[in-house]
Amino acid sequence: MKTAITSKNPGKDSLVEMRFGRAPYYVIIDSDTGTDTTIENPAASGAGGVGTKAVQLLLSHGVGTVITGQVGDNAARALEAAGVGVFEFREEGTVGQAYARHIEGNLPRIL
Amino acid sequence: MKIAVASGKGGTGKSTVAANLALALSRDHPVTLADCDVEEPNQHLFFPGDPQTEQVYSSVPEIDTEVCNYCGKCGEFCQYGALAVLKDRVLFFPELCHSCGGCMHICPLYAIDEKDRSIGTLSVSKPHHNLRLVWGTLNAGEVLSGKVIGAVKEETDGDSCVILDSAPGTSCPVVAALDGCDVCILVTESTPFGLHDLELAVSLAGILNIPSGVVINRSDGSDEQVRSFCREKEIPVLMTIPFDRGIAAKQGRGILFSAGDPEWQEKFRTLGLECMKLAEWSL
Ligand code: SF4
Ligand code: SF4
Repeated sequence: MKTAITSKNPGKDSLVEMRFGRAPYYVIIDSDTGTDTTIENPAASGAGGVGTKAVQLLLSHGVGTVITGQVGDNAARALEAAGVGVFEFREEGTVGQAYARHIEGNLPRIL
Repeated sequence: MKIAVASGKGGTGKSTVAANLALALSRDHPVTLADCDVEEPNQHLFFPGDPQTEQVYSSVPEIDTEVCNYCGKCGEFCQYGALAVLKDRVLFFPELCHSCGGCMHICPLYAIDEKDRSIGTLSVSKPHHNLRLVWGTLNAGEVLSGKVIGAVKEETDGDSCVILDSAPGTSCPVVAALDGCDVCILVTESTPFGLHDLELAVSLAGILNIPSGVVINRSDGSDEQVRSFCREKEIPVLMTIPFDRGIAAKQGRGILFSAGDPEWQEKFRTLGLECMKLAEWSL
């Protein structure tokens, strides 16, 4: 299972970005292999539809779970329809910390 | 002759200036007042009447689910994020769609057709024999204001004297309204904030190559900053409307302050003449 975490910079040690569609990067952690890769969000500073574009980007990378601070209405509709589970992380913390909390089952599911 | 009335920010009394100008000029000539502030049209409140209203449409994609194989090409293509292709369905977000038509061309299976979707309305009324009022209303949540503004302008095309009330600010809808106008009246107040927004509006009119003049509204008498800015930019101050309790009271009741006031009517007529001069000078 691949989990995408919205991130301010590449890598597991960077801080979690609160906004889903406007996140500059997504760090994708594969629970089967334990490896992480970072993808850039080309639409981060775009004018409109950033949320739905982000959903498509993540789906094309086979993401099944998302950890982020907040999700807009359109993106939520797309994530829900695609069956992607969304977990909320709203503190100052690194991608690695957020993922660890999620694995412990300590993040609330919002979608 | 197309006169645009604009302002760098909201709340300067731009609509009132446009309405009073239209009223004064329509005493002698047929005038069309075009309300291009489609997110919040308000001219019909000054001139109540029985409008004829029609829908304004934009075309959006309709996906044939019998044909589509969820290849994802349309979703990748749409730069507005209006299409999201999932494993077993395509989600369409109508409020995000800019009606560019690209997805229909990109689909390898020709699974996408166009269909009309209403995004607003166009209304026309005749408040009195010499005055035609045209306004557009963008439906809540819609983004394509340019489309509705275009419908308003098309409806007024060919009318001899059109006064366009634009949206406040200097964003896309303002450009859409100003484009093609012969002259632009910029309404401002005599505050420092007003001056900053006026500067933006002046440069926008400059970029669009439209000669402009300034109307100072609700003046408290200390307009030196605005005046020296206008002198510097060689933009005439066409009119000054003082802050006046009588004017404010009339407006509070939704009445145009020049109505029944020959002196103000004459001033607005003069404003119209000044605009004509400005427009010709630029020819
Ligand atoms: S491009 Fe055509 S076939 Fe491919 S997902 Fe879009 S509608 Fe379906
Ligand atoms: S018409 Fe253009 S904006 Fe609308 S969904 Fe198709 S590609 Fe996107």
